[in-house]
Amino acid sequence: MADENKEKTDESRRRFIKNTGMVAGGVVGGSLFGGLLTSQFQDDSDTQTKNKETTQSLQEARTFFSRKEDFETLAAATERILPKDDEGPGAIELGVPFFIDKQLSGSWGTNAKAYMKDPFYQNRQTQEYQHKDTQQNKSGPNTSTQAPSRTPRYQTRLNRGDIYIQGLRRMNEVSQKKFDNKFTDLEADQQDEVLQAFDNGEINMKGVAGITFFNLLRQMTLEGAFSDPVYGGNRNMMGWKMKEYPGPRMSYTKQVTSDEFVKMEPKSLRDYQS
Amino acid sequence: MAKKLDKVDVVVVGTGWAGGVISAELAKAGKKVVALERGDKKNIEDYTGVKDELRFMNRYQMMQDLSHETITSRNTMDEQALPVRTRDEMMAGTDTGGGGVHWAGAVYRYTPYDFEIYSKTVDRYGKDKIPAGMTIQDWGITYDEMEKYYDRFEKTAGISGEADPLGPERSNDYPNPPLKESRPVRLFKDAAKELGYHPYQVASANVSQQYENPDGETLNACMYCAFCHYYGCDFGAKSDPLMTVIPTAQKHDNFELRTQAYVRRVLYDGGNKAKGVMYVDTETGQEFEQPADVVVLAAFTFTNNRLLMLSEIGKPYNPESRTGVIGKNFNGQMNITFLGARGFFKDKKFNLYGGAGALGGTMSDFAADNFDHSDVDFINGGAIELRQYGEGAITSNRVPKDSPNWGSEFKKNANFYAYRNLTTWYTSAIMSWWHNYMDLDPTYKDDFGDPLLRVTNKYTDQDRNIAKFGIDKCTEIMEKMGADIIDKDEIPEEFDHIYQGGHYAGGVIMGDDPETSAVNNYLQMWDVDNLFVVGGSAFPHFPGHHPTVTIGSLAYRAAEGIEKYLKNGGQLVKGKQEA
Repeated sequence: MADENKEKTDESRRRFIKNTGMVAGGVVGGSLFGGLLTSQFQDDSDTQTKNKETTQSLQEARTFFSRKEDFETLAAATERILPKDDEGPGAIELGVPFFIDKQLSGSWGTNAKAYMKDPFYQNRQTQEYQHKDTQQNKSGPNTSTQAPSRTPRYQTRLNRGDIYIQGLRRMNEVSQKKFDNKFTDLEADQQDEVLQAFDNGEINMKGVAGITFFNLLRQMTLEGAFSDPVYGGNRNMMGWKMKEYPGPRMSYTKQVTSDEFVKMEPKSLRDYQS
Repeated sequence: MAKKLDKVDVVVVGTGWAGGVISAELAKAGKKVVALERGDKKNIEDYTGVKDELRFMNRYQMMQDLSHETITSRNTMDEQALPVRTRDEMMAGTDTGGGGVHWAGAVYRYTPYDFEIYSKTVDRYGKDKIPAGMTIQDWGITYDEMEKYYDRFEKTAGISGEADPLGPERSNDYPNPPLKESRPVRLFKDAAKELGYHPYQVASANVSQQYENPDGETLNACMYCAFCHYYGCDFGAKSDPLMTVIPTAQKHDNFELRTQAYVRRVLYDGGNKAKGVMYVDTETGQEFEQPADVVVLAAFTFTNNRLLMLSEIGKPYNPESRTGVIGKNFNGQMNITFLGARGFFKDKKFNLYGGAGALGGTMSDFAADNFDHSDVDFINGGAIELRQYGEGAITSNRVPKDSPNWGSEFKKNANFYAYRNLTTWYTSAIMSWWHNYMDLDPTYKDDFGDPLLRVTNKYTDQDRNIAKFGIDKCTEIMEKMGADIIDKDEIPEEFDHIYQGGHYAGGVIMGDDPETSAVNNYLQMWDVDNLFVVGGSAFPHFPGHHPTVTIGSLAYRAAEGIEKYLKNGGQLVKGKQEA
């Protein structure tokens, strides 16, 4: 039954995409209608869900990215980092682009709690730091408790929001140069090639290394997929369902002492607080 | 113009474990105590019902706001130090309770070897075992002298554990039984036992049952909810200053806690007495002078050092001449510690979404000088641990090293291995060196125009050799545990300026000789009789175990010293050279 629904969903998604002509190339191009798209084919569920969906859609509009094109590029890039496949939903379906938009418009995006006083040095030393731990993710005391993402020294005058705007536009430039096309219009494997060039540290940007932008993008894509849905990603806890993550609960005493894996339906922070 | 306040008996800077213990003990003794905390006023309700991985783990809700002040960092004296700008790179606690609120709760006493590291190393291996440039020294106190303070702290904090079979003598058992044994912990212990080692349960400040401490504070039983390290406890089941020493102090009218009080100077104009402290109320910008008979710096290592330097107290360490003490022997757990092996299990799936900060197995077979170092190219050692902190969904995205880091293949592996990977690590000790130190930065300033603290720190062969030894031992255990894929950690070439463990120490080090130490074994400054500097800043090197319990226990020792000083005055200990 579940599979049947999924098939139906996929089919209607394809048709919707085709009809609207939104996507050229192999992937959902992360359009402005990313959120709408998802609600569209979940409409056959019950009314309660439908209302919830509507509310969620109302919270999905760009408040950081002014240009639609930047947002579409972002959406397409996150979808390559976490693509929709047999494993489950991809970044767009999980609401990751809107999560990132919201995060960047707040204190994280403006580096409110970071030391941003001058002077900033743009020398070989600061360049090297950004390329430093490309192979090893978090190491030392945090290896066990923090998301496995790279942590280079942050030595740029740009805040995280600035890095995104510049990085996404640079991504389009690289796409044009390599494939004579916008990032959103590339085939999936071409998009991967562009992202890989950033990941490899081959792309230069102004005031920051391309790899630093990529690290940030990868980290925030994971955050958007798997943080509590209250932040706008992990839509309907689909990310947690995919990971079999049960969410915040009163107690895991029983599970911790069990030798069998105990699978539970996820609960959100909202459930926990109510 | 600073507003001058009425004099008090004791002013305490910082409200973490160190400042909390001092405040509680002196408030109980009837002294008029003012504690100054630069962060916000918090109590346990601030951490109730807010279990949210993004907010606490990825956005560092409980860590210091670096926009006002941070440190700068470099590897060698000829480099330009750069600021540590983001909270991705710096873990320093703030608000009431300090770093004691977000700690994981792993409890280890330091060993007799560590307190007398210089003498004991020379005794067993000869002087040549200590390489040129390594500046380790005896701490001026022995384990036997420390034992009663450890016992006291463990009772205050309701520590739950079993004795280390290879550990030093204890006067009492832990006040509570150990935490439950999860499957990963049992797997680790069984493997270690099979290899002939002596594993046991990590002693924990996540309390195993409801407990009332000697001060009458009640702690609840741990729920293994996983929101522990980086979080305040949802249930009052993790022993922290907010559940113990702060409320104990607050029961006394002679204690006052002032938050948003950012101390800028110790008031000192030469001689052997400090007059008090100057601080700014960060809500209004008003400056205050708080005079006191005794000044206690009980802040984080960085702040203790910086305040002494800004106030021109003590002789600053000069690496060129290798003289002076303030800022000397910077040490701590960086990305060269906690290395080991991560195992991926194809046919075992663990309930890793549950856990507790200090739930784990450990062993001391390769700790301190418990094994013969004649044929290894390093001294000291560390614990080998397997910890089950409990993992949030963002964290649980680990994949084997040869797997891609993004894309479909990554997603598949990250989902598959989310509950199928475990790590063992070696908490290797960090020795001190003439070239690792702290001073004031010539370029970067805080909000008030005061210089930031500058750290100069690099790794040595000792660090790389002990790390390699640990990785090999951890790999051996992981193989025995039956992992299908084992990723051995790589040894970093150099310190990467990421301060993400919260365990940084030294600079105001203890010892028995005023020429080579800043404080005596009551953490009283040799140069200034009424100034006590309490915290990790007193560690002359970093032993191979987590530091908190030693900081708390030294605080009990210091509180005893402060009471003695208030009664009799003068220096409490005779310096080695005077003696």
